[in-house]
Amino acid sequence: MLDTDQLIICEHCDCVYHKVPLGKHQKALCQRCGAELQRYNGLTLQQRLALSFTAGVLWLLANFYPVMSISLQGFSNSATLWDSVLALATGPITFIALVAAISIIIAPLFQLLLLIWVLCFAVAGQRSPGFSLCMRWLETLRPWSMLEVCLLGAMVAVFKLAGLLDVLPGIGLLALAALSLLMIRVAGRDIRELWDSLP
Amino acid sequence: MSRPPLASELNLMLCHACGKACDISVAGHCCDRCGAPLHARKPNSLTRTWAYLIASLVFYVPANLLPVMNTKMLGSGDDSTIMSGVIEFWSHGAWDIALIIFIASIAVPATKFVALGLLLITVQRGSDWAQRERSKLYRFVELIGYWSMLDVIVVALVAALVKFQALGDIEPRPGILFFGLVVVFTMLAAMSFDPRMIWESRQPEEHTDEVSSH
Repeated sequence: MLDTDQLIICEHCDCVYHKVPLGKHQKALCQRCGAELQRYNGLTLQQRLALSFTAGVLWLLANFYPVMSISLQGFSNSATLWDSVLALATGPITFIALVAAISIIIAPLFQLLLLIWVLCFAVAGQRSPGFSLCMRWLETLRPWSMLEVCLLGAMVAVFKLAGLLDVLPGIGLLALAALSLLMIRVAGRDIRELWDSLP
Repeated sequence: MSRPPLASELNLMLCHACGKACDISVAGHCCDRCGAPLHARKPNSLTRTWAYLIASLVFYVPANLLPVMNTKMLGSGDDSTIMSGVIEFWSHGAWDIALIIFIASIAVPATKFVALGLLLITVQRGSDWAQRERSKLYRFVELIGYWSMLDVIVVALVAALVKFQALGDIEPRPGILFFGLVVVFTMLAAMSFDPRMIWESRQPEEHTDEVSSH
């Protein structure tokens, strides 16, 4: 019988390979379909936990400070991420506010909470309570977390309004930029390796 | 061309939740590591993908025809659709922003319809044409998936900011709801498509029997 722990199955074409140790910047591709099988992961558990806490602080800044403020003939106004979700919630289109809330606020928050929970135990060499459930939710949430899109959207909004009135990017926008980059690093596919490192 | 052995030939199945190679003679119907149900292929993949794809095509029509927002400046109101937003940026010389919005809101969904349609039809015909390229195409569709949410976020932010009653007011309009639905349904369509079906051609191909390390 094969030792299945050392095998990788290509998600895109079902080919079976042995796992290989990778060096810096290396990744392993499937011979048949060219999909990525493995990628070098340079983060230790402690580093990933530290970055997750950083991302948590950035999430707070991105959500509690205005993303940008505008002024027009002496009047001024500013909006946070939550304000923009509420702006969609008016009238018959409330459903889209829910989608927006999930993709720019709720999904990233839950990803971070789950990561911090799982990693705090992992650093001590244990599986956290509800480990499988947390890991499965991390997989489910990933495609619905759209911070990068939100960042680009905020920048487009700055340009869109800049022609009409004075626009001032806020602390929230900076935090959002840093947060979206950090999320790519800490909450990527490679968290699956926790399954192997915690027997 | 020779290829590595397939999971089905070794009695293995990939767990989609945790990525483990499960021995089905030992594991049965659930992954022995994370407990998620095991499937050789995503269940009802073709039917589900067609359903989501057709639903998103239907929503694509009102998403482009209905206004996505209403701009009121000094009393005069003005509805704008996605395309009119692009044209406005273009005519003001901001071709780069116009291009970003055009790609994210119009080109990306259209590309996804064409690409997923092509993948579905070739898979149903059991074609062995350009399998590697079609596999790449699927990964591209997955990658560009959520960028169409851009316009939803732009409208949300702009509507939240510009609230000066008589002086100026921007409100979202139903077009943005349909637009968001297009994004959600095309994402669901891409997720329910199983790229492994691309490789199930009717012609048998040669293969090697050993598990190689790449």
